Amino acid sequence: MTALVDLFELGLDAPICLTWELTYACNLSCTHCLSSSGRRDPRELTTAEAKAVIDELEAMQVFYVNIGGGEPTVRPDFWELLDYATEHHVGVKFSTNGIRITPEIARRLAANDYVDVQISLDGATATVNDAVRGEGSYDVALRAMQNLADAGMTNFKLSVVCTRHNLGQLDEFKTLALRYGAQLRLTRLRPSGRGADVWDDLHPLPHQQRELYDWLKANGENVLTGDSFFHLSAFGDPLPGLNLCGAGRVVCLIDPVGDVYACPFAIHDEFLAGNTRTEGGFAGVWRDAALFRRLRAPQQGGACSSCAFFDTCKGGCMAAKFFTGLPLDGPDPECVQGYGEALLADRGEVPKPSGDHSHRKVRVTIGRPPVSACEESPLAGADLR
Amino acid sequence: MSFDLDRAWDLHPQVSVRPEPFGALLYHFGTRKLSFLKDRGLLSVVQALATAPTARAACEAVSGGDVSRSDVLRYERALAVLARSSMLTERSPRP
Repeated sequence: MTALVDLFELGLDAPICLTWELTYACNLSCTHCLSSSGRRDPRELTTAEAKAVIDELEAMQVFYVNIGGGEPTVRPDFWELLDYATEHHVGVKFSTNGIRITPEIARRLAANDYVDVQISLDGATATVNDAVRGEGSYDVALRAMQNLADAGMTNFKLSVVCTRHNLGQLDEFKTLALRYGAQLRLTRLRPSGRGADVWDDLHPLPHQQRELYDWLKANGENVLTGDSFFHLSAFGDPLPGLNLCGAGRVVCLIDPVGDVYACPFAIHDEFLAGNTRTEGGFAGVWRDAALFRRLRAPQQGGACSSCAFFDTCKGGCMAAKFFTGLPLDGPDPECVQGYGEALLADRGEVPKPSGDHSHRKVRVTIGRPPVSACEESPLAGADLR
Repeated sequence: MSFDLDRAWDLHPQVSVRPEPFGALLYHFGTRKLSFLKDRGLLSVVQALATAPTARAACEAVSGGDVSRSDVLRYERALAVLARSSMLTERSPRP
């Protein structure tokens, strides 16, 4: 019998797992933000356009969408869109840093069976978390989890991006999740968006990858991973999950302006399939985009095809290769057999993400120092550093 | 838990079914688990459960009743897996 994973490689009529980033606006400036978020884009989908996308998802029988951003809850129509989706049989899982999860909102979320919440936290202690996500963000996330727990919301997710600095805290994360009746979800750090700037310093060291693999094996399906660690399968037995790069096959991303990319970690023109505003809408892009058709065609393993672990590792993550400047048909930069390291050492120019919505860091000096009354330059005394 | 083919079963009300060329995808909004039906025959069985007096009757009605014993055994195994993951629930047969 054909394995399901082989059928999935050819693509499905509609995505299983669709990520939808509703806005580039965010109250935080996490150093590793995969979408380089911060400022809202003036071209973002309107409420009516977003509802039209939801109508399409309902017609395509997409079971649920993973909503993210930016910080999706800062969109004034976020709760309206959430209700609209669940009323139209499209379940919603949304990722948040917790800023808007008040006791009242938590009660509203707990009452909706078709909503799941992922609270992002990248350190089990404030020191480790706030170094990446910004000062005070640890307290905000914990307050949100407390509000959800108090409202009776069970089994929401505590979502962690694994880094060099928090991999030693896996047991503490698990304890923290249990304290609030939440489930732990671990995902892989990608060199996407601003993540490219910090990846060299944050991505797990080789011995940490081994520890993570052993820890995931020991904890089995109680810990979610979004199937993001399939490159670790080359340590031995495959991890639970599909062990497949789902980009354009079972997964894709709709960004805040309606652009459709092959995966949430690949915001670059190279992986842009189309836009929901074009005729044919999202369904047309999913079914007919030339890029998606190419991704669904049988892939060659290239340099990896002779590796004993190719069947489960499949050469790892496309986005991780792309944004570290490695060839797409070769090993993952974090290949646990060590084939990526030599290539990384020789990497040339690295592609830049296509968009950047980061908060502008402009240093403003209020009040100029006194200057001579004879000074004619309009910029006299201005601090232009 | 053993699966009783001679009782009436139904899809859990929180389960959504999406037919696919290879069979179908199932998603349970309560447990948030995804499941698969690996062939179209099994999809027909699952869709027939709600109106069939027993799961066996649903199996035997597939393909216009032209179903072998080995097919029924295969369906029974698949239904048992679905029941174990709460995708199916037992219901009282219609009077």
